[in-house]
Amino acid sequence: MKVLKLILPLLLSLIVMPMRAEEGLDMQKYIFGHIGDSHEWHIATVNGHHVTIPLPCIVVEYGGVHFFLSNKMEANGYTLDADGKIVNVATGVRPLDLSITKNVLGLILDSLLLLLLILGAARWYRRHDPLKDKPTGLAALLEPVIVMLEQDVIKDAVGPEYRKFSPYLLTVFFFILINNLMGIFPVFPGGANITGNIAVTGVLAVFTFLMVNLFGNKHYYKDIIWPDVPAFLKVIPIMPIIEILGTLTKPFSLMIRLFANMLAGHIMLLSTIGVIFLTAKMGPVLNGSLSVVAALFGVFLDCLELLVAFIQAYVFTMLSAVFIGLAHQSPEPEHENATN
Amino acid sequence: MSLITPDFGLVFWMVVIFGLVFFLLAKFGFPVITSAVKRRSDHIEASLKAAQEARESLEGFAEEQKKMLEETRQERNRILQEAAAAREQIIAQAKEDAAAQARAEMARAREEISAERENAVREIRNQVALISMEVAEKVVRRQLEDTPAQRELIDRMIDEVN
Repeated sequence: MKVLKLILPLLLSLIVMPMRAEEGLDMQKYIFGHIGDSHEWHIATVNGHHVTIPLPCIVVEYGGVHFFLSNKMEANGYTLDADGKIVNVATGVRPLDLSITKNVLGLILDSLLLLLLILGAARWYRRHDPLKDKPTGLAALLEPVIVMLEQDVIKDAVGPEYRKFSPYLLTVFFFILINNLMGIFPVFPGGANITGNIAVTGVLAVFTFLMVNLFGNKHYYKDIIWPDVPAFLKVIPIMPIIEILGTLTKPFSLMIRLFANMLAGHIMLLSTIGVIFLTAKMGPVLNGSLSVVAALFGVFLDCLELLVAFIQAYVFTMLSAVFIGLAHQSPEPEHENATN
Repeated sequence: MSLITPDFGLVFWMVVIFGLVFFLLAKFGFPVITSAVKRRSDHIEASLKAAQEARESLEGFAEEQKKMLEETRQERNRILQEAAAAREQIIAQAKEDAAAQARAEMARAREEISAERENAVREIRNQVALISMEVAEKVVRRQLEDTPAQRELIDRMIDEVN
C-alpha cells in the first residue's frame, strides 16, 4: 500500500503532464549527445530554449593559437562538422583542437573535487597526531577506503614493494571513482561521460603501462625478451612477440573494460529514461504506465551504476596492481628450468 | 564525436590533468595519510606487544610475590619458634640461677650459723672454765695455786663434762 501511495501521484502527474515538448525524439541524437564530448555544456531545454554553458575553444592552426568561446565560433571563422569537430570554415581543414570541452571541464571540476577531498583528509593527518586523535570528517570518511585498498588490494597484489606504487594506484582508484560517480550525477558539475570516454581510459591505461614497464625487475624484462621456452621459439621470435603483445594487451583490456562498462551504463540509463519521451506520442495510458516502469527501472539502474562505479574503479586498480606485481616477481626456482 | 577514436585534445588535457592530480596526490595526499595510518598501526602493534609483555611480567611478579610471602611466613614462624625457645631457655636459666643462688645463700648462712655456734661454744667453754676456776678457787681457796698442771686437770674435767 505504501508503495502504491508513493507511485500513484507520480503516475497521475505523468498522465496529466503535457508531453508536447519532444516531438519525435531522435533517440540516437539524444543518447549520443549525452555520452559524447561537446564544445558546450547543455544543461536543460526549457520550452524549446536550450540552456547551455559555452566552453572555451583553443585552436592551434598555422602556428597560431586562437581562443574563443564556443558560442562565438562562427565569428572566429570556425564551425562544427558532422562529427562535432571544429573545422576551419574557409579551408575545411580540421585544426589541432585543444579546447576545454565538456569532458575536459568535467575532468577539471572532478579533479578539483578529488584534490579537495584527499588533500583535506591529508590536512587532518598533518594537523593531528594520529596516535592520539581519532580521525574525524574527511579523514574518517576516506581512511577506511584507503586502508582497505592499500592493505587488501595493493599490498596483496604488488608484493613487498607496494609502498612505492600505492600513491599511483590510490590516485587511479579515486580518480576513476569520482569521475564515475560524477558521471551518474545528472546535472551540471556531473553528467559528463568522462570515464566512458576512450581517450580518458586510454590515458589511464597508458599510465598503468608505464608504471608496470618502467619499474619492472630484471626477471620481468628477461621473461619478455628471452623467456624460458625451447630455443626454436626464440630464434624465430614467436614467444618474444607474444610476450611483448601481452604487455600491450593488459593495459588495452583495462582501457576497454572501463570504457565499455561506463559507456554501457550511461546508455542503459539514458535509454530507460528515453522510453518516457519515446512513448509520449503513444497516448497517456501507455506513456503513463511505461513512465512509471521507466522511472522505477531508472532507480534500479542508478543503484546498479553506483555499484558499477565502485566496482570498475576497484577492478582497474586491482588489475593495475596485479600487473605491477607481475613485473616484480622473483625468478622461479631453478628446477623449473631443468624440465625445459 | 565518434565513440572509439580518442580526441587528441581530450588525450592532451587528460594527460595534463591526471598528471597534475597524480603529482599532487602522490606528493601531498596519499603518502601523508598512509604513513600516518601505518605509524598508528605500528604503534598499536607495539602497544599490544608491550601490554602482553607487561601482563606476562605482572604474572611473574605475582608469582614472585606469592613466593616471597610464603618465604616471609616461614621466616616469621621460624623466628617465633626461636623466640619461644629462647624464652623457655631464659626462664629455665633464670630458675636455675635463682635456685643456685638460693642454695649458695643457704650454704653461707649455714656456715655462718655454725661458725657463730662454734664461737658461742668457745665463749661458753671459756666462761665455764673461768666459772669453774672461780668455783674451784672458792672450793679450794689457798690450797690451789694456779699451776699449769692443775689448769690442765680442770680442762680435762670440763671436757669430760661436755
